[in-house]
Amino acid sequence: MSAKKREHVYTRRLDSAFLAVYNGYVFFLRFFREVFKGRMEFQEIVKQCYAIGNKSLLLIGMTGFITGMVFTKQSRPSLAEFGAVSWLPSLVAIAIVRALAALVTALISAGKIGSSIGAELGSMRVTEQIDAMEVSAVNPFKFLVVTRVLASTIAIPILMFYCTAVSLLGAFLNVTLNEGTSFIAFFESAFEQITFLDIFTSLAKSIAYGFTIGIVGCYQGYNASKGTEGVGKAANSAVVISMFLIFIEEVIIVQVSNYFRI
Amino acid sequence: MEEVNQPEAPVINIQDLHKSFGSLHVLRGVDLRVEKGENVVVLGRSGTGKSVLIKIIAGLLKQDRGDCLVLGQEVSTLNQKELRDLRMKIGFSFQNSALYDSMTVRENLEFPLVRNVANLTRAEINEQVETVLDAVGLLQTINQVPSELSGGQRKRIGIARTLILQPEIMLYDEPTAGLDPITCLEINELINEVKEKYHTSSIIITHDLTCARATGDKIAMLLDGQFLKQGTFEEVFNTEEERIKSFYDYNFIQ
Repeated sequence: MSAKKREHVYTRRLDSAFLAVYNGYVFFLRFFREVFKGRMEFQEIVKQCYAIGNKSLLLIGMTGFITGMVFTKQSRPSLAEFGAVSWLPSLVAIAIVRALAALVTALISAGKIGSSIGAELGSMRVTEQIDAMEVSAVNPFKFLVVTRVLASTIAIPILMFYCTAVSLLGAFLNVTLNEGTSFIAFFESAFEQITFLDIFTSLAKSIAYGFTIGIVGCYQGYNASKGTEGVGKAANSAVVISMFLIFIEEVIIVQVSNYFRI
Repeated sequence: MEEVNQPEAPVINIQDLHKSFGSLHVLRGVDLRVEKGENVVVLGRSGTGKSVLIKIIAGLLKQDRGDCLVLGQEVSTLNQKELRDLRMKIGFSFQNSALYDSMTVRENLEFPLVRNVANLTRAEINEQVETVLDAVGLLQTINQVPSELSGGQRKRIGIARTLILQPEIMLYDEPTAGLDPITCLEINELINEVKEKYHTSSIIITHDLTCARATGDKIAMLLDGQFLKQGTFEEVFNTEEERIKSFYDYNFIQ
């Protein structure tokens, strides 16, 4: 038998992947343990909500507007083939409310908010600011992680509704320029096919996405190491992992909502 | 050897402390006593585990083996609540100050105070913040953010932030690292003032002999994970031990 001690169970890479999943799970459970424990940092939650919303408002507005306009423009020829251009407002509204608005908001937020949380907490970790909180008898998890996760869970659904409104405005602009449809006629037609389940599903999705972006960003930043390189890695991983999880959640939530739809 | 007439229990009592990181055995059986009101300087080269030692004392790291008693309590066995209560009695000044970048000096100082002391009025908070800022001589920086401060000012604010909870023990991690000689002298004076004014017992981690001589009642020389010698500055450096002599000579030449 070799005298050299084996350093891994499977392969080193597989071991670290399992370890990362386990540590993520522990972090996730800790969030739910800490959220109801001790004093709630309401002021910090409001501050973070404002920072998240304010940071993303313009970008999400512009992206949503362009998405609505381009989607309408691209859908018109197909509907025109069947002489069904009058269905355009309904089609666009269904696409925006059911899928596009939540997804666009989540992906933009993952890039902007997720990376910002990852980098902020990462730099606090490597400059010992988190340790400083701990030795000052303050719970850094409660102050930094719980507040940011709650803030993104609250702010992203609001941003999603904002994105929906702006996307529909973009769609309306395209329709009115091409077909001369009035504002009231467009929105009457658009909301004809929208059900409570569509709005509820969209809200549930954006809550799940907001939570994911917050918790992944915080996990990556809170556990950053290796100096400035670690900060960059934390920001990058926060974006990549949260985007990946967002698509998985999208698939699951769509399946569940379709079950109720039938 | 270092027996002093001290009937009281030591503030910090460390016995046979071991700590490893993977295959790197950093602390290899460290023993240290800090008596009430005493400033102990831990001297040693970079990477010898000086900072690890005070992080174990503050409960930021756990030892692999050995005892670390702080104010009569074994730090590694404390639960969260007990550790929080103990930490309120410990001030930790970090090497890079670790000021919260997004907060002003006032907010940095208020942060531990409002979260640990209940029912303080705004006037009381302001008074306490101004008192400690005045103690470190930086009252004029109260509304500045850390990025606007010099290295020496950041160190002072870092110390002020720890003083706001009126700790019994101060842990200084490289208080003079990266500072010019005059600012170093000011920081040394401040460490002594803190001891006089707040009646603290301290551990000062440094490799700066000027700082050690100016602030230490006792010097402990950490080499290869163990304390090679403990005593007054003269006792430690009046030696034929080659490694201590070379450490002294190197500092002196520098």
